[in-house]
Amino acid sequence: MCTVCGCSEGESRIEGDAHHHAEDSAHHTEHHDHTHEHHYGHGPAHAHAPGMSQSRMVQIEQDILGKNNEYANANRLLFTEQGILTLNLVSSPGSGKTTLLTKTLEDLKDEMSLAVIEGDQETSRDAERIRATGTPAIQINTGKGCHLDAHQVGHAVEHLALTPGSVLMIENVGNLVCPAAFDLGEASKVAILSITEGEDKPIKYPDMFHAADILLLNKIDLLPYLDFDIAQCIEYARRINPGIQIFQVSAKTGEGMQAWYQWIRLTQQSRLIGRTAQASTTHSSL
Amino acid sequence: MHEMSLCEGVLQVLQTEAKRQGFNKVKTVWLEIGDLSSVEPDAMRFSFDVVMQNSLAQDALLEIIHLPGVAWCMQCAKNVAAKKRYAACPDCGSYQLQIVSGDAMRIKELEVE
Repeated sequence: MCTVCGCSEGESRIEGDAHHHAEDSAHHTEHHDHTHEHHYGHGPAHAHAPGMSQSRMVQIEQDILGKNNEYANANRLLFTEQGILTLNLVSSPGSGKTTLLTKTLEDLKDEMSLAVIEGDQETSRDAERIRATGTPAIQINTGKGCHLDAHQVGHAVEHLALTPGSVLMIENVGNLVCPAAFDLGEASKVAILSITEGEDKPIKYPDMFHAADILLLNKIDLLPYLDFDIAQCIEYARRINPGIQIFQVSAKTGEGMQAWYQWIRLTQQSRLIGRTAQASTTHSSL
Repeated sequence: MHEMSLCEGVLQVLQTEAKRQGFNKVKTVWLEIGDLSSVEPDAMRFSFDVVMQNSLAQDALLEIIHLPGVAWCMQCAKNVAAKKRYAACPDCGSYQLQIVSGDAMRIKELEVE
């Protein structure tokens, strides 16, 4: 059971878990008990005069996403300590995200340890598709939510028993708007855009392409049948995000997938180098 | 749509601060919203009233302070105004811009009693 969370996302469910309303109301009762202890007369001047306003200003200066960012930082710390490369896969529904993911898992499962967190509004169909590849997967259903948040991911990780040095793929809810704002503690966001969607997606949904480090242009096997202008799409993506790295792939034919795999291998290895250096520093300081 | 969960985030901060700083009622909330943040102020106002129902901030006023977007233009090597994420540099027309500020959303201060 979660001991620190406010559980505002009362509709979300993790497979085999009942992390919702019952706990939610318990938390709220607790909040109320606390606030009742405060007496109305305890204003800045401890004034009790009837009719006198007790209004005062309170400086807050806090990020609205502060709570999510706290959970995200906790996740990131865990991933860093264990040398886990976490990728947050974001796209619109129907970009071929799950197909691309299953293809990647099948091709890489013999050389590295992999795990998947699946986010969808409802059903555990995607997690079942992932588990069919032999990769451990856990499904989060967001219910009314339009994105995964760091708190849900933290709980999902508890269910996964991740191996140190593994690669964790988080397939976010199919949505090009909301998941951009919610840090999950990942190393990188990977945006997937299929060429059946139109080359202007990056400028129509700039927040997401700005937040992503990697863009996978998927379904390029369909290029001969479409009017998709790849050069224009890449130009739009770089307008939004000059540093974005772009791979042109087809999860169906396998074309271009090796470059994507090579990026995963190298990124994961660089994390392990960092981890070894960190471990030896810690050791020598003892 | 996620303005609703952002408002729930605001409410959590209010509840935490109420305990910490000893107040029972929130009368006004000032939010700083950058022009480049992924927040729609109108959707925020709508969600705010709904989420604050039956809480310590029921009927609280929401004041939104807009912060302008600022980006570093790599071609001009200086800060320029950025109205949108994908806008070109107003001086040289380049898209090689990096956001410097105006992409944040924060709770600035509260009027409480």
